Amino acid sequence: MFLYYIRLSLLSYKRNPVLSSLMVLAIAIGVGAYMVIFTLNYVMGGDPIPHKSSQLYHVQFDYGDPAFTDFEPPPQLTYIDATALLQATVEHPRSASSKFVAVLEPPGEELRPFYVNGRGNAADFFPMFDIPFQYGGGWDRRADDTQQLVVVLSNELNERLFGGANSVGQTIVMDGLNFTVSGVLDRWSPAPKYFDVNNGAFDPMEEAYIPWSLIVGQEMRRSGNTNCWKAFEGNSFQAFLNAECAWIQFWVELNTADEHAEYLNFINNYAAEQKQLGRMPMQIEKRLYDVNEWMILNEVQPDETRILTALAAMLLAVCLLNTVGLLLSKFLGKSSEIGVRLALGAHKRSLFTQHVIEAGVIGALGGILGLGVAALGLEGIRILLGDMMTNDWMQLDLRVTFITILLAIVSTILAGMYPIWRACNINPASHLKTQ
Amino acid sequence: MEIGPIYRALMRNRLGVILIAAQIAFTLTVIVNAVYIINDRGELMARPSGTDEANLFFINNIGYGDTYNEAVVSAEDLDMIRQLPGVTAATIINAIPVSGSGSSTGMATVAGRIEGVVPTAVYTVDEQALSTLGVELVAGRDFTATDVRYRNDSIARGDNEIIITVAMAEALFPGEGMQAVGRTIYDVNQNASVIIGLVARLQAPWPQSSFVENSMLIPEVYIDNSAIYLVRTEPGQRDRLMVEVEERLAASGHSRILRNNRSLEERRAESYRIDSAMSTILVAVIGTLMFITAMGIVGLAVFSINRRRKQIGTRRALGATRPDILRYFLLENLLISTVGVVAGAVLAIAFNLFLVQNFDMSRIDWYYAPAGMVVLLILGQLAVIGPAISATRISPALATRSI
Repeated sequence: MFLYYIRLSLLSYKRNPVLSSLMVLAIAIGVGAYMVIFTLNYVMGGDPIPHKSSQLYHVQFDYGDPAFTDFEPPPQLTYIDATALLQATVEHPRSASSKFVAVLEPPGEELRPFYVNGRGNAADFFPMFDIPFQYGGGWDRRADDTQQLVVVLSNELNERLFGGANSVGQTIVMDGLNFTVSGVLDRWSPAPKYFDVNNGAFDPMEEAYIPWSLIVGQEMRRSGNTNCWKAFEGNSFQAFLNAECAWIQFWVELNTADEHAEYLNFINNYAAEQKQLGRMPMQIEKRLYDVNEWMILNEVQPDETRILTALAAMLLAVCLLNTVGLLLSKFLGKSSEIGVRLALGAHKRSLFTQHVIEAGVIGALGGILGLGVAALGLEGIRILLGDMMTNDWMQLDLRVTFITILLAIVSTILAGMYPIWRACNINPASHLKTQ
Repeated sequence: MEIGPIYRALMRNRLGVILIAAQIAFTLTVIVNAVYIINDRGELMARPSGTDEANLFFINNIGYGDTYNEAVVSAEDLDMIRQLPGVTAATIINAIPVSGSGSSTGMATVAGRIEGVVPTAVYTVDEQALSTLGVELVAGRDFTATDVRYRNDSIARGDNEIIITVAMAEALFPGEGMQAVGRTIYDVNQNASVIIGLVARLQAPWPQSSFVENSMLIPEVYIDNSAIYLVRTEPGQRDRLMVEVEERLAASGHSRILRNNRSLEERRAESYRIDSAMSTILVAVIGTLMFITAMGIVGLAVFSINRRRKQIGTRRALGATRPDILRYFLLENLLISTVGVVAGAVLAIAFNLFLVQNFDMSRIDWYYAPAGMVVLLILGQLAVIGPAISATRISPALATRSI
């Protein structure tokens, strides 16, 4: 019976192709546009590491000076605090992290020296953020302490330097220093780039990872944001390290509520001590943020996608109102046919089922076409944004495909409820007369 | 007049009216706010940076190795660039206006005072900065070669002489910005900076920042093996010179990496890419919505005309002319659309208030809603004209058939 009804609805489509195609088009555009924005939101506003986001915490301190107007405490740590926390946090996985740039002199003669964007991080960084390795692995905490010259390469950099071969144990030269490759990452580009949103939450990933202690130990060229709120005392590199300048991200993994409470207590005590020493004159409410709270605090989700969400919802509403009207025209246009069927003894229920299926078929067609609209829309946005952000994620995945078709079918059937009700309740007599 | 009968006929088909009116209302809401956002972003993107953007390009030069001496190499490079035919001027600079990355600080009128510190972008440059950027000096004097100091991270900046923008002078000395030349201001490290000149306009590297018009130029070359050369060319020579300068620098034999050889126009477009993408998306949304709404009006008009073929035939048989029929449907659409645009205007303003409250946006100007209302009324009339003309072709004889 179901297949028969589907055949009937296809026949009905053919009988009124313009009206039916208009409906399919309206649904496709409405649902397609909505799914484009849904995909953007789903990633930009979504949880980048769902299985761990409530165990990873970023530390925020009371930085700044109340005398500054409109000064918001920068979302990074100073060198003094980051090193203090690194030393004090022994039993929990934790990492300080900041960016650097370096001149890389490739092995062999074919490649000219080039610039790499790198990241300094502690050993725990890789397991904490579940970073996948293609070859080898990271390093241990001892390597952090002894400032060992080890490096983890991104998949792309390994491709460029070693043609994608297993390069563990090889040596590369960065800023004149000989680094030993300890591992190569698998493709990894979380969106948002939650562990460091300071220079744009969708910035490209770094290409080389080294022990963070080297950034200071070897005075690497730092990149990323540096935010100072007090004059330096002196002019040396040491003066910069001692200064009130925030430039380091600090993450800690706390697995239970007890661990969280205990660590929060430790952080609060630390801040209180520093206040006694005359530092941290600002007052903040919260010092430990989990991943999702951190994304909200740093306003990772752009205003644009939030505005577009509201506009896309209205576009979908217009398309559905349109569908209600068109279905009404279509079903009431079939009044005489329905009249004959009712007069011949058809149940209202079977008429109802038939029309729900007809609406569903139109919705499904709209959904399939809507997938095309969504794919086109996402491609368009990729082109508009160019290479300013990582955009691998900007495509339809299985989940979005499924939601698109489901949304199209369900919303079309809902839009069809009133037209269907009208169609099933016509008076057969008035339509038989004119035959 | 026909409004009475049309109104009564409409009241018998309330749902059709509501469907069309609601579509029009939502469409108006989206269009009014989208156009407003497009104009808003357009104004943002149209702000001049103060520089001769069309004829400027820059290139990053990073030296490496123990033998690389930046002071020597950069002097040599700039000499070479300045002598190329077609080059007007060139400077070494730490950051590019409207590029998104640079350096900033706060300046105070009293040494050591934090209250009232004026935030500003910092450009460290050599003596050809003003002629290279193409900014206009409106008071005081330009830098000379003897003003320029070379320093690295072990030498403090110290007291210096600076040129600032008029906007910044006004922020420091409200009401007497133009008389700022000769006055002294202080940075966070309490170095004294004497203002020797004022430029009309020079934007900071960050177009979104609240102090985009505050810039300060310091005659200083910072030696850290990383430099940006900014080059101004004669009109039409830029693209040729971008290639030539890079080739010549690469051929000079020093161990260096050249990156980001870009024109300022290109860099500016990148900085505003989100804004221009947003505008393009909104234009697409407006176009789509108007199309869908027009199609909806056509669809329902065709339907309602088909349902009333016999009545139309009867009216024709009773003496109504074709223009009468046409007018009937145009007027009917006007009535429905009016309901829609009035509701839409209210909704549009409500949505605008929502945007104002939740995002960094201002209220729409008063004329947006009325303009949108007129556009949609016209759209409605255009959409219904086709079906209405086909209605006028219904033969009066139809009235006598059947029944």
